Parts: sequence; C-alpha cells; structure tokens
Amino acid sequence: MQRSNTYVILFSLVLTIILGGLLSLASEGLRPAQKKAEEFAKKRQILSAVLDIQQIPDIVSTYNSRISSYIVDANGQTVEQTGPTGNPLRAEDLDIEKEFKKAPDQRLYPVYKFHAEGSPDDTEAYILALYGKGLWNDIWGYVALEPDMNTVAGIVFDHKGETAGLGARITEKEIQERYKGKKIFDAGGEIISVNMLKGENNKPASIDDHNINGMSGATITAKGVNYMMIDYLNCYLPLIESLKKGESGAVSMLNTKN
Amino acid sequence: MAETLEKEITKKKSESILSKRRKRFVIDPLNDDNPITIQVLGICSALAVTTQLKPTLVMALSVTFVMIFSSLFTSLLRNLIPTRVRIIVQLAIIASFVILVNEVLHAYAFDVYKQLSVFVGLIITNCIVMGRLEAFAMGNKPYDSVLDAFGSAMGYSWIIIAVAFFRELLGSGKLFGFEVFSAIGWSNFPTNGLMVSPVGAFIILGLIIWVQRAKSGYVEQH
Repeated sequence: MQRSNTYVILFSLVLTIILGGLLSLASEGLRPAQKKAEEFAKKRQILSAVLDIQQIPDIVSTYNSRISSYIVDANGQTVEQTGPTGNPLRAEDLDIEKEFKKAPDQRLYPVYKFHAEGSPDDTEAYILALYGKGLWNDIWGYVALEPDMNTVAGIVFDHKGETAGLGARITEKEIQERYKGKKIFDAGGEIISVNMLKGENNKPASIDDHNINGMSGATITAKGVNYMMIDYLNCYLPLIESLKKGESGAVSMLNTKN
Repeated sequence: MAETLEKEITKKKSESILSKRRKRFVIDPLNDDNPITIQVLGICSALAVTTQLKPTLVMALSVTFVMIFSSLFTSLLRNLIPTRVRIIVQLAIIASFVILVNEVLHAYAFDVYKQLSVFVGLIITNCIVMGRLEAFAMGNKPYDSVLDAFGSAMGYSWIIIAVAFFRELLGSGKLFGFEVFSAIGWSNFPTNGLMVSPVGAFIILGLIIWVQRAKSGYVEQH
C-alpha cells in the first residue's frame, strides 16, 4: 500500500518514540539488578583467587567477612577519594579497565586483603588486580600473594574474547593451579614475575619457581598474560616492597619478643 | 459475492485453535522446512554459541522469545506499516526485543550473558527472525504469525541444542557442566579439541543434515 510521505515520517517517529521509551524504561528498571549481578561476579572472582568457590555456600557474606579492601596510587600510598555518587570510592567500584587506559603513574590500584574471619589483622593473602591485552581482546585477573609478598597463593584470569579451547583456557582451574607456590622475586630480590612458557609439555628442568607450562596453540595469549603479570606487579611494586618490609619488621619484632 | 465473502469469514472464524493448517506452521519447520538444515539460515550463531549446552539453551530461549513477540507485533501492525519502510520497521521491532533480552540476561543471568556476549545482540541479524517477519507476519493474522514464529524458533532451537549436546559431550566430556564420563567411571575419556572449535559444529551440523536428507529424500534443486 502506497502511503503519503507525511504518514511514513509520522509512523517512523511514533514507533521510534514508543520503542525508545520502552527500552529506556527497561534499562532504568533493570540497572540496580545489573549492578548487583556485576558486583557479585567480581566478588566471586576475587574470592576464587584464594578459595575454591565451589565450596562456599554464600559468596557475598564470605566476601564481606574475609576481605577488606583499599585503594593505592602508583607510589603504594593509600588513597581516599569520593566516588561519583558522593560516597567514598570503594576498591570494588574501581573500574580497572578505565584505570588501565591511564598512564601507569596516574592509575588507582585496588588491594584486597584476605584475612581470617573476624580478624582483619590476620592477613592470609593480598589480592592484586591485573589487566592487559590477550590475542584478540582484553584479559584481566587477580593474583593473590602470600604475606611474604613473594609467593603466589593463587591466581584467577578472565578474558573478553580469547579463542575457545585455546587462549580461553586461562580461565580454567587447571592452568591457574600452575601458578600456585611460584615466586615473583628472584634470589637477588629483583622482581621477575612468573612466566608461562611456550607449549604444554616443557622439560621438567625448565619448570622452576618462575616458569610454568603454557598452553598449546595459545602462545600469544600466554605472552599477553606474562606481560600483564610483570606490568602490573611493577605498578604495585612500591606497595609490595612496603608490605614486605612491614611483614619482615613484624617477624623481627616477634623474634625479639622470644 | 457478498454472500461468499461472508461464508469465508464465518468459515475462518470456526477454524479450530490447532487446525491441520495451523499445526503445519509449527511442525514443518521442525524437520521438512527446518530453518538451519534446509533453509541454511542462522548458521553463524549455530556455530558460535554451541560449545556448551547451558548458553545454547539460553540462546534458544532468547531467539524463541524474540521471534514470537516480534512476529506478534509486526502482525498486529501489518496494516499500518508503510510498505516503503517495512524492513527498517521490522528491524526496529526485532532490535527492541533483542535489547530487552540482553538487558534481562545482564541483570539475572550474568554468567551466561558474559558467555554469549555479542551473540545475543546478533539475534537482530539472524535471518530466521527477519525472514519470518517479512515472509509471514507481514501478511497473516497475529495468532497464525505467533504459531509460525514458534515453529521456526523450535526448528532452530532443537538443532542448536543437538549440536551443543554432542559438542559439549565429546569436546569437554560434560553435559550442562556435569562430568558425564568421570561419573560413569571413564575418567580418562579422550576429549576432542576439534569439537570445541567451530569446525566441530560444522561436522555435527553436516551429519544432522545428512541423516535428515537421507530419511526425507530431499534433494537440492539446481
């Protein structure tokens, strides 16, 4: 049926307004639930760096009772800032992707302190954020360091678009387990991080405190992971150094007491 | 003339909710006129989302929802939609429902939302949806259009679920994330990496088409 131009324009206009209105209504109405879902996923990911999340019945309450978080700048100094809503900015609200796009010394870095239930001073691990580039798109993760700030207590990775079955395997427990117990500092105290080697079946001799087996067919993703690790560990270095000193200080104090 | 017209109207009114004609709308696309295996539409998402059953099921539900509601709305508006802009109007309707599905998944099924990522958005470009709007809903009554959309959506769904079943089973040894082979005591089941990649979907899709055409005797017209 031929219609006049006015009818066509009016029809399109009315349809656009109705559909657009409905969608913005839906988007507004669903936003709180979406925020909640995102935060839940983030908390679960942070916890999964140190715990087996399959064993945790209530992730949010575990997170609240065992993680205390703060924000540091590139010098390792604690930062207190007001967020966009006027409330103090929490480490959980920090958009690590946005921070990643800034120059390293301009960024804010979240620190998640994992402690025994109910006793915030009894630190079991420091969980630090990681962000970088994989083969196709962004990759990120959280590395947990033991209080000696040298041994990896656990790690978790995620990605936007790595190849399924190849690079996407960084999300698998099996790969992440390989990092456990590895050291980020060499004997001389230089930070060298933990490197993923090329390929899956490396000679046992080449696997040591700083080198782990890689993933067949995903060398570039592994390179991205390696770069991301050393990059972010270097960014966190001032904090790591100060916590290391603090920790050894505490140990020597204990020794003098004895 | 007027009499025959009236007769036709009364005849149509008395048609049962699931008459033979209407059953064909639902049953034809399941097999004889399947959107994926016969019409070869919607292949992109059939390859992309079928590595695991759970996201595949969500994808199937999403496509079914989008198809039914966009068919219903297009059919309701079919006498108002100007012919010259009908394609863009169909697109606007489909896109609205797709965005709605995407937002709901974002809020209530965040894991699956992340897994499916762009592919929910790409339902907009799924030829099956627009194909049915253009070919059917634009010229038929709402109820018939909904049945037709439901049939095509089911035709799409059962194929991608079948593909995902074999890909997850043979590629990861799991079904819905449950370790099937270790549960039956075959813990060193050799999983096939090919099944995890899109190539696996091609192979399984090809096998399904083979079986289907061997049974129905369907031959491509040249």
